[in-house]
Amino acid sequence: MRGGGSELELGKSNLLPAENELELGLGLGLSLGSGAWRERGRILTAKDFPSVGSKRAADSSSHQGASPPRSSQVVGWPPVGSHRMNSLVNHQAVKAAKAEGEEVKQKNKDEPKDVSVHGSGFVKVNKDGVGIGRKVDMRAHSSYENLAQTLEEMFFGMTGATCGEKVRPLRLLDGSSEFVLTYEDKEGDWMLVGDVPWRMFITSVKRLRIMGTSEANGLAPRHQEEKDRQRNNLA
Amino acid sequence: MDLRLPSKVLEHIFSFVDSNEDRNSVSLVCKSWFETERLTRKRVFVRNCYAVTPAAVARRFPGMRSLTLKGKPHFADYNLVPDGWGGYAWPWIEAMAEKSPSLEELRLKRMVVTDECLEKIAASFKDFKVLVLTSCEGFSTDGLAAIAVACRNLTELELRECIVEDLGGDWLSYFPETLTSLVSLDFSCLDSEVKLSDLERLVSRSPNLKSLKLNRAVSLDALGSLLRLAPQLVELGTGSFSDKLDQEAVSKLAQVFTELKELKSLSGLWDVLPEYIPLLYSVCPGLTSLNLSYATVQMPDLVELLSRCSNLQKLWVMDLIEDKGLEAVASSCKELRELRVFPSGADVDETNVAMTEQGLVSVSEACPNLESVLYFCAQFTNAALATIAKTRPNLKCFRLCVIEPFAPDHKTHQPLDEGFKAIVESCKDLQRLSVSGLLTDKAFEYIGTHGKKLRMLSIAFAGDSDLMLHHLLSGCESLNKLEIRDCPFGDTALLENAAKLETMRSLWMSSCGVSFGACKLMSEKMPKLNVEVIDEHTPETRPDSSAVEKIYIYRTLAGPRLDMPEFVWTIHKNPEIGVSHLAIE
Repeated sequence: MRGGGSELELGKSNLLPAENELELGLGLGLSLGSGAWRERGRILTAKDFPSVGSKRAADSSSHQGASPPRSSQVVGWPPVGSHRMNSLVNHQAVKAAKAEGEEVKQKNKDEPKDVSVHGSGFVKVNKDGVGIGRKVDMRAHSSYENLAQTLEEMFFGMTGATCGEKVRPLRLLDGSSEFVLTYEDKEGDWMLVGDVPWRMFITSVKRLRIMGTSEANGLAPRHQEEKDRQRNNLA
Repeated sequence: MDLRLPSKVLEHIFSFVDSNEDRNSVSLVCKSWFETERLTRKRVFVRNCYAVTPAAVARRFPGMRSLTLKGKPHFADYNLVPDGWGGYAWPWIEAMAEKSPSLEELRLKRMVVTDECLEKIAASFKDFKVLVLTSCEGFSTDGLAAIAVACRNLTELELRECIVEDLGGDWLSYFPETLTSLVSLDFSCLDSEVKLSDLERLVSRSPNLKSLKLNRAVSLDALGSLLRLAPQLVELGTGSFSDKLDQEAVSKLAQVFTELKELKSLSGLWDVLPEYIPLLYSVCPGLTSLNLSYATVQMPDLVELLSRCSNLQKLWVMDLIEDKGLEAVASSCKELRELRVFPSGADVDETNVAMTEQGLVSVSEACPNLESVLYFCAQFTNAALATIAKTRPNLKCFRLCVIEPFAPDHKTHQPLDEGFKAIVESCKDLQRLSVSGLLTDKAFEYIGTHGKKLRMLSIAFAGDSDLMLHHLLSGCESLNKLEIRDCPFGDTALLENAAKLETMRSLWMSSCGVSFGACKLMSEKMPKLNVEVIDEHTPETRPDSSAVEKIYIYRTLAGPRLDMPEFVWTIHKNPEIGVSHLAIE
């Protein structure tokens, strides 16, 4: 019984193959020459990636992709705890706000005086037609895609009380569904989600609302949404 | 001759055995030692809450006064473990409330703690004294109020980097006027402002208060009045250090800091303005621990500050310190034992280029007691690693994070294999290692060969093949926790070294090439392990040859978890899915 500290060593059988029944297919012994490995089907390694120094990497964050991952696109990298990451994000948001003040198409032209994520990281989310709202922790998300995924699971996922079968994913962000994702910013204005850099977004979002596309017509247009719709139409 | 000692004598002898590692050994000697030890153990550590059931722990240690539990795997800190995975505190609290009502201390790390849990603690443990929650989530400030109002003998309430639903600062006002036993209070991770008058009254009636860590919302002005009430503080975490104060207020504050004669540890310092840093000079010589990792202080100011900290043993700082600042640390902080340098930017483009491998080399060369390092850096070299290894063979914990994945030695463009070889060869007592940068299988051959005392190893974006895993599992005798992400190995090494996993606490692998079939095979052959597949695909649609997203394997006496969400699969969920012949092309 080891309810306490688990420093006990059970045994030193570190080289014992578990059981004869373990089918390994390759019939490998313990002298594994690296040459033999390379000939078998292998997974892509760093050598398959173009010049490592390249920072203009493609958008794919899968390590099977053609380029090395940019560290900002990889989930959980660099390995910095979320509390610390939020602090960094705030710091960058201040810098970004200063640098991008003119380019951002926002009604609020002033730099937010206090960009720290004060108040709870949780914002309320309501979907039109659904009486009960949910709450989502903005600080636990790293991108719009991430957030959309969570919201789709929350409001349209298999855990819904009435849903028996799997529902088609919603595509809240690209305008291909009958719902759009909107948010209320610090000034009280309702905007379409996706216009501003993620880090700016999370410092200004107060509430989220999933509303019907027809209702959202009065909001600022989204160039990305147009591009995606065109891409989808070609698929 | 009967050498059995009477249990009273045994008890007395065991009362001198503090460390649980020793107590575990003691309990293996014979049945009577096991019995006496278990009846006398007061502090219980369960480092994986799913390794054993709460009931079993309560049964074995009836005299338990302090329980420490850890839940989620370490990589949960980096958002790699999906929400809802598990790590619930409730079953433990419920069980202890019933079977160990004399529990006084609860320390939880990476667990889901709800307001119900906190209310249950408040209601069930009459002599409750210590609550320390590290990286926990799931509760609100209402739960804190429940603890505050009911725990009449509370000495410690610490919330370290928790995610709390912050409904306001009222919770603090629930501490009754009769509570005078507080020794440590840490609410640094909360956002809302607490009422200053409540805080002041609490501090005034807590003569034993030694540690106070405020949240960001506590102003500089408020800090002054609080410190006046608690000059005996040993540990201080300030709030925001950025209000504009007039000259008089500043000099009053400076005065207050000189009164802090016992202060050994300082943290917080959010938004600290450069003009306020001199306020801290008076406490610097006494400091043994300084956490500037949330303070955006620039290098020149850091140099001024740190050159006064001759007794510093622990320093956490951001890479704003640059190589120059670390040179100042090297020349002034000869007692340094632990150094952590965090990135000031959220990704590689924003990394401070004026901090390189040279900074760490300077500190390693000059600080003889340096044994624990966490260092984020844009790039590194084998030569630097070799120097660090040569000058600091006493390293126990070495975590290097080269921020750019696959980054080679920036001078020679070689992998960092030789550098890490130097580290593991030289640092014979190394217990914890994190590697990064461009690494081939060779690096892991070296680690397997030399890292005999290594207990915890973290790896990302490294290696070429199954050999890397094979070297580690077959070579590292003391390996206890292994966590790997984005490495290109498959099933073979894992299956061949499966028995090793029963000697380890846990293995985490994500975005690697392990197949579903291998997971099923391991589940079937190794009943003492829980093999968790964390993947959004349902098992019915997942072919055996497909690689799974995340795997978490841990030894357990508790059998399968009963609280798994949909996206966590173990074989117990679908025992009817047979284990197919595993074919590796």
